[in-house]
Amino acid sequence: MNDSKGDIDNAVTVRNVYKNYGDVEALKDLSLDFPRGQLTSLLGPSGCGKTTLLKIIAGLLPATSGDIQVNNQPVTGPGPDRAFVFQDFALLPWANVMRNVAFGLELRGIDRSEREAIAETYIANVGLKGFENSFPHELSGGMRQRVGLARALSVDAEVLLMDEPFSAVDEQTRRKFQEDLLNLVKNENKTFIFVTHSIEEAVYVSDQVALLLARPSRVSEVIRPEGFRHKDANSIRRDPEYLDIVDRIWASLRTYVE
Amino acid sequence: MSSLILWGLLWEIVGQLELTFFLPPLSAIFTTLMEIGTTKVFLQALADTGYAFFIGTFSAIIIGIPVGILMGKNRFIDELLLPWVNMFLSAPLTALVPVLMVLFGFGMKSIIITTALFAIWIIVLNSRAGVMQINRSLIEMARSFGASPKDAFFKIYLWAALPEILGGVRIGFIRAVKGVIIGQLLISIVGFGALFELYSSNFLMKHFWAVLIVLFAIAFTIAEFLAHLERRVEYYAARR
Repeated sequence: MNDSKGDIDNAVTVRNVYKNYGDVEALKDLSLDFPRGQLTSLLGPSGCGKTTLLKIIAGLLPATSGDIQVNNQPVTGPGPDRAFVFQDFALLPWANVMRNVAFGLELRGIDRSEREAIAETYIANVGLKGFENSFPHELSGGMRQRVGLARALSVDAEVLLMDEPFSAVDEQTRRKFQEDLLNLVKNENKTFIFVTHSIEEAVYVSDQVALLLARPSRVSEVIRPEGFRHKDANSIRRDPEYLDIVDRIWASLRTYVE
Repeated sequence: MSSLILWGLLWEIVGQLELTFFLPPLSAIFTTLMEIGTTKVFLQALADTGYAFFIGTFSAIIIGIPVGILMGKNRFIDELLLPWVNMFLSAPLTALVPVLMVLFGFGMKSIIITTALFAIWIIVLNSRAGVMQINRSLIEMARSFGASPKDAFFKIYLWAALPEILGGVRIGFIRAVKGVIIGQLLISIVGFGALFELYSSNFLMKHFWAVLIVLFAIAFTIAEFLAHLERRVEYYAARR
């Protein structure tokens, strides 16, 4: 795809977006591009509006002004081209894993046998085979987030919006998730938008890290960690470029922490 | 259940001691119950009372749950209706019964409305409370996957609020037992209300207690059944 903006094909573009809560400016003149098929992290201190931006892209919150486009279509509300993974999983506690994973399809009116067949594949993909009839309260935090992920994958949206998806799971599970996410980006032809407050996590999983600064939030820097993308999951954490970028981001952020 | 047996035994002993005419032995009451239980008068009273009771509570549930859910979802509706709900919940509804008689006549209609009025407010309040504690992200989840308002209502709100709703329905049923008897006593002397009136004014204490025990058994059974349903949703009530 070649257009006037250059040869990068963006799945999502955000242009001059403002978001005010009463007198508080949460987002101020924020513009950012999300290249198709890549993972972009929104990284920043808490309260910097990264979740707000994600929810605006999801169509869950209206922007005060500005232009948000997904596949060159303006966003007016939630749509089937986007799927959301929630920080607190947002599973139906009264429904088993099968129904939870198929719930997005259920809301889209897909009939039962078809949606359960699709859900079954994704349940297996996220490693929950055999837990189809378990209920969320019988699962660990990590397993619950796998259910949330399978639900988002099974609607086959082009854009996956992830709101600190790994922050409520323990550290070991989190590392495993990050590795799985790298494979997911590689194998699924989807665009990922990933909110996190962990610098290491952002640099580890992202093709592009957007550094957001707080109140009113704007993009201060876009970093593309490219040198180690082709390396295998285990050696990334020891890669000099990885460590450099982590240090650089920390240097930018530390002034905002004090 | 075992405490019921204990109190029943105590009652029997006090009754056998013949301390007061007010309290005949429990066994004598049951004998009387067997006698009157099959009479036409009793069965007619049971049918009248049951009819008013079930129509009344059914209306209270059908109206009360959606109203409560709407109040929990919508702040405007909530602010509009909450003062009234709170007022009627604590109001002495018995004092309103004469007004109902003027409005709706001296028949079954007024009794049914009285029953519904006793039951509905707690059902509304509990449904409202159930909706208000729903996890926000469940609602966002439903929206993000494109849920229609109808889907959101039946697949999210109703289920997420179900533990509180069932609690409200259970208390509503118990209050409706009061409502139906008060209605029958005050509006027109029919059903169990008429039997109470008849037996107590003639000092037929055995008969009086027999009817009361039947009423108690019905209320107890319904309450236990609903408590059973509540336990069935307990597994998710604490983890929403």
